[in-house]
Amino acid sequence: MTATLDEQELQGRFEDVIAADQRIEPRDWMPEAYRRTLVRQIAQHAHSEIIGMQPEGNWILRAPSLRRKAILLAKVQDEAGHGMYLYAAAETLGVDRAELTDKLVTGKQKYSSIFNYPALSYADVGVIGWLVDGAAICNQVPLCRCSYGPYARAMIRICKEESFHQRQGYELLLAMVNGTDAQREMVQESTNRFWWPSLMMFGPPDADSPNTSQSMAWGIKRHTNDELRQRFVDMTVPQAEALGITLPDPGLAWNEERGHYDFSEPDWTELQAVISGSGPCNAQRIAHRKRAHDEGEWVREAAAAYARKQESRR
Amino acid sequence: MRTTQEDHDATNAYQSLADTVGHDDPRWAFGTGVEDVQAEITSPVPDGVDAADLARYCLMLGDDALICAQRLAEWVSNAPELEEEVALANTALDLLGQARVLLARAGHVEGSGTGTARDEDALAYLRAEPEFRNVALAELPDSLDFGRAIARLLVFSTWRLALLHRLLASRDPVLAAVAGKGVKELAYHRDYAARWTLRLGDGTPESHRRMQAAVDAVWPYVEELFRTSDVERRLVGAGVAVDPADVRAEVDGVLDEVLSRATLTRPTVPPAGTVGGRGGRQGAHTEHLGHVLAELQSLARQHPGASW
Ligand SMILES: [Fe+2]
Ligand SMILES: [Fe+2]
Repeated sequence: MTATLDEQELQGRFEDVIAADQRIEPRDWMPEAYRRTLVRQIAQHAHSEIIGMQPEGNWILRAPSLRRKAILLAKVQDEAGHGMYLYAAAETLGVDRAELTDKLVTGKQKYSSIFNYPALSYADVGVIGWLVDGAAICNQVPLCRCSYGPYARAMIRICKEESFHQRQGYELLLAMVNGTDAQREMVQESTNRFWWPSLMMFGPPDADSPNTSQSMAWGIKRHTNDELRQRFVDMTVPQAEALGITLPDPGLAWNEERGHYDFSEPDWTELQAVISGSGPCNAQRIAHRKRAHDEGEWVREAAAAYARKQESRR
Repeated sequence: MRTTQEDHDATNAYQSLADTVGHDDPRWAFGTGVEDVQAEITSPVPDGVDAADLARYCLMLGDDALICAQRLAEWVSNAPELEEEVALANTALDLLGQARVLLARAGHVEGSGTGTARDEDALAYLRAEPEFRNVALAELPDSLDFGRAIARLLVFSTWRLALLHRLLASRDPVLAAVAGKGVKELAYHRDYAARWTLRLGDGTPESHRRMQAAVDAVWPYVEELFRTSDVERRLVGAGVAVDPADVRAEVDGVLDEVLSRATLTRPTVPPAGTVGGRGGRQGAHTEHLGHVLAELQSLARQHPGASW
């Protein structure tokens, strides 16, 4: 049936669906560039969930109370679950998890630059929840309306959990700022380190983000990087005030006229450096993922061999 | 920016953040599923039961779960597949949940006469090695060898499930409640470990070799699981505890069946020796426990008196 439709008609139908704000599903025709963009974005997102387990995972064994250990373990486990949903969403586009994992460990696909910073104190667990999960929510809530159905549906589930992570992170910080002087200092010091990298999570400024307009036209992206960054700053400033800590930006001030906070320019050369592989933890993160994957090879092979034997015994 | 449902959703994720509940909210204290646990933990010591014995017994079962959970948590971000990440972390969480209730009960019961109850964190973070009462099996390293992790989990969960089944009838309401929730959890852990034992034992020649080596490595620590301590003996008489010697036949039966279906051989290695007749239940541990505790306790001990 579809054989009778030429490329132009298919393209027209695709555009109608996008224009009507409806969903493209795996069996629908889609332009090759749309498919490629989605695979790249979903894979990068899935990789971020998995690599993101490492910085916080660094503190599970040392969590300072059993309740904090349970909360952190559950959170990091959620991130593995997010990775699974997202790889499954990518698989609807004709790629598979093993292939994408290979691209991650060989550096052919990227993950969020934020996870190339180290988690150096227990306050980082709270600050990552507050700022990093918080920025992820700003980025991801619009994706719940992404034009590609499986991605949009995965995001609905993920966003609910991210919001819980953010609350738990903030709750840890509340406990710490109401604790000892040393705990308060840890929160401030951690915020100082994570503030700018969190702002960079929204990507380069709009002027240097050449793919944004195509992604917006396709309904994959709903807002520009700068719009999302502004939204994040506006939401976060009152939260920092409630914690009684200072965000490390002397240029931060409410602008009555704009109805938004003004803030200083992040150091974009640092973002470029981290993206291109020379952040503080890039090599460590990839080496860790690669080791775990390689050391699991014999286990995956055994499972496949066992499944084949079971099949042939039937 | 557009004002749509989405903006509403996004802002909602933040709105109540500053009003986030205080950190002693019971909803977060023990996770979900053990709602009335606070009430149970403070329930009176059953008539005719020695409080010190009951506290010690709760520590034994609680420490088994805590230390095993800590070992399982080492697997986070190291598992062979994402499904295993989720399953191992989930198993660790279940055991950690059991440990928290049992340690809280131990602290309450121990302090009931003196008015100096220790909480779960004082017990987990401020005791030294000889005060821990877990069996050696829980503390053995698996060095991120998945076969070792599965072999330990198979033996541990089969044994603990058999204990908890019998504790359903314990006269101590907390032990009975932990058993009630725990049998479902342990049944899943045992099933998970058994399925992987089959896959690895009957998978490739390499996985067969590695799984057999893993079973051989944990086997010397099986004997201790069935050794009855004095505390247990006294509490069995009071209708509170299980005699671990009584679960031996059941555990052996399950392990034999799993091993044979997995084409593995039941090891014939001799049991690990004791320290003058003392084992984990008496506070005599392997050299590994000190390292587990060094990591587990380091941050809490750096900040004496801080609450998190
Ligand atoms: Fe996530
Ligand atoms: Fe998260």
